[in-house]
Amino acid sequence: MPDMNMIKSLNSALSISLKQDPNVVIFGEDVGYFGGVFRVTEGLQKEYGPHRVFDSPLAEGGIAAIAMGMGLNGLRPVAEIQFADYIFPAYDQIVNEIAKLRHRSGGEFSSPVTIRTPAGGGIKGGHHHSQSPEAQFTHTPGLKVVYCSTPYNAKGLLLASIECNDPVIFFEPKRCYRGPFYGDPHNVPTWNGHPDADVPEDHYIVPLEQARIVREGSACTVIAYGTMVHVAEQAIKDSGIDCELIDLQTLVPWDRDTVVNSVKKTGRCVIVHEAPKTSGFGAEMSASVQERCFYHLEAPIQRVTGWDTPFPHTTEWDYLPSPQRIAEAIKKTQEE
Amino acid sequence: MTERLTATTAPYTIGIPPFRPGEDADFGGAFKEQPGDLWRPDPATCSSDDTAPHARGLLRVLNDNGEAKGEWDPKLDATELIQGLEYMMRLRIFDDRMIKMQRTGKLSFYMRSFGEEAVAIAQTMALEAQDWVFPSYRQPGAQFVRGRDMVSMICHCIGNTEDNVRGRQMPVHYTYKEGRFISISSPVGTQFSQAVGVAMASAYQNKDEVCISWLGDGTSAQGDYHYALNFASTFKPPVILNVVNNQWAISTHANLATGGRTFAERGLAYDIPSFRVDGNDFLALYSITKWARDRASAGMGPTHIEVYTYRAGAHSSSDDPSAYRPNDEASCWPGGDPIQRLKEHLVLIGEWDEEKHEALAQKIDDEVMAAYKEACEFGDLASGPYPPASTIFTEVYETVPWHIQEQREELGK
Repeated sequence: MPDMNMIKSLNSALSISLKQDPNVVIFGEDVGYFGGVFRVTEGLQKEYGPHRVFDSPLAEGGIAAIAMGMGLNGLRPVAEIQFADYIFPAYDQIVNEIAKLRHRSGGEFSSPVTIRTPAGGGIKGGHHHSQSPEAQFTHTPGLKVVYCSTPYNAKGLLLASIECNDPVIFFEPKRCYRGPFYGDPHNVPTWNGHPDADVPEDHYIVPLEQARIVREGSACTVIAYGTMVHVAEQAIKDSGIDCELIDLQTLVPWDRDTVVNSVKKTGRCVIVHEAPKTSGFGAEMSASVQERCFYHLEAPIQRVTGWDTPFPHTTEWDYLPSPQRIAEAIKKTQEE
Repeated sequence: MTERLTATTAPYTIGIPPFRPGEDADFGGAFKEQPGDLWRPDPATCSSDDTAPHARGLLRVLNDNGEAKGEWDPKLDATELIQGLEYMMRLRIFDDRMIKMQRTGKLSFYMRSFGEEAVAIAQTMALEAQDWVFPSYRQPGAQFVRGRDMVSMICHCIGNTEDNVRGRQMPVHYTYKEGRFISISSPVGTQFSQAVGVAMASAYQNKDEVCISWLGDGTSAQGDYHYALNFASTFKPPVILNVVNNQWAISTHANLATGGRTFAERGLAYDIPSFRVDGNDFLALYSITKWARDRASAGMGPTHIEVYTYRAGAHSSSDDPSAYRPNDEASCWPGGDPIQRLKEHLVLIGEWDEEKHEALAQKIDDEVMAAYKEACEFGDLASGPYPPASTIFTEVYETVPWHIQEQREELGK
């Protein structure tokens, strides 16, 4: 079968959802006629009609609210927030409304909203086209939080998210839309020929709440998600150390068992994400690994993250965790 | 239209309420606007421009003598009028009983609809049973229209074992799916834009189901209000969007909330037919809502309504309005009292009298007391029983995920 990049695989997932479930509707800024600024919804309006795939006014708070209302009245809305940086006008609707509806109504109402949003850096996007705000949602009970990393898991996870009856915030690593990113901005590979670009045309699911072991190893467990999965893979290669690489895929509820079993085996743990360190999801994982693996740990847990600063523009390569920083952290775990 | 009052001494304009404590409240007597002032356009064809006078004026049916006048008279039969009166009386008596319960520590909190009883009741009566009601906390009366049992409502307010939302929400944050009464949320205004989504889903599914929602004059400053109007204007789903201008948002008077003229007029800029209606006039409320429903049902989309009324009571059991407005302000309100006005009308047309009124009030009071006692059998606030602690952990998601299950086991209940 032909390779798909992540844009094509996400588009395929959306197309399948529209085809198999007449209650699926897709909307957001520029997603209709134009097909989205990243082209993820390209062609869908033409194929499925403007009542099912449509452009919304530029109001993220309105988009989220409309989605919740549609979802509690029988539809299965898939809303796009054009950049994760712009999700905050919708924060109240997501955190206080969408996330709590089932619980607050004693289960009488629920709304199976999926909110897709491109996140993360590496595209020279500066403060407001680069952030990775997943921790601002992992801290909200009632939401599932998903972060894809490859064309294959993007499609399977998105289908699983849309079919899930709970609301899902679905982060797409925009730097990886057209190719994996190995930490070298001058190296711009496409997905062509990559094993994870081998994406079935048909429906399939990558189950939520399950991590993926990208690479087995014995010396150290490296945990990442999104773009950082590929950067960590490069770092492991560079370090020459036999690491186990785990792609978390779902952050809430996360696959703690896979992580804990791996750390018990390796005795060492490096956590990588591009979001700022303080209160990042790495802090949650680090605490949990410490609680569960304390007597197996041979070295302190390392976190390699973005800095606790706004995301920069031209200096972003010094902001994002690099293969060098990750490799150093891996080596550090081997010293003690 | 009442002139907006502002202070002139500040470096920028500051709105001020008409009266403060210690001053004599005087709204100048009766409304100048009279029934018959405004014509009734055809809901299936009218444009927003046609309603410009309606957005600036005040739609009334009951005149100051209690007579129904003009082409907006919905011509309800006596049974329906008495039913409306009964619901409004029930809500007031229910509210009075509940606030007493709150004062004696039997409820943690309460919010009355005092002075605004007609709003949700008349408007919900004008709808069809399949229509969706997406209220704020000041429209619990819609539940009576939809047939909710008072025992169930009180169980929710107590938060006992029979609370259908399992002690999770503060009192008055009702959910009643059977009556298509959607769960109330504390953050103000969020329901308004959600209601547009509900209506879009109805339209998408080609169902004749209208969604009605309300928010307050203060809340109309929120983004959600403007999202709602803009999305409603853009997609034209079957939605009825009401700004209940009851003058006060806790202590913030409407004059501090907007520099605009009437709240209703905002809708005209969105090309939505917009009306300003006497919110203490049961018949006018019923009539405009029926008009809006007819319009929505004809595929013509949203209607925007300013319900002009007065919050006669405190914002909530935690509020003391004597700190910011004269105590007698409500009694000076030109719109009077909605229950009294409908009662006078019924008396005038020979369908009601003082004796019947007293008997009905007594009957309702007995029913409320009986309902309260029955509700307490399922637990009271002081001593419970409450819903089991396990309900903290359920219905967060469709199924309980491992991390929440683990925390439930940690609690050990």
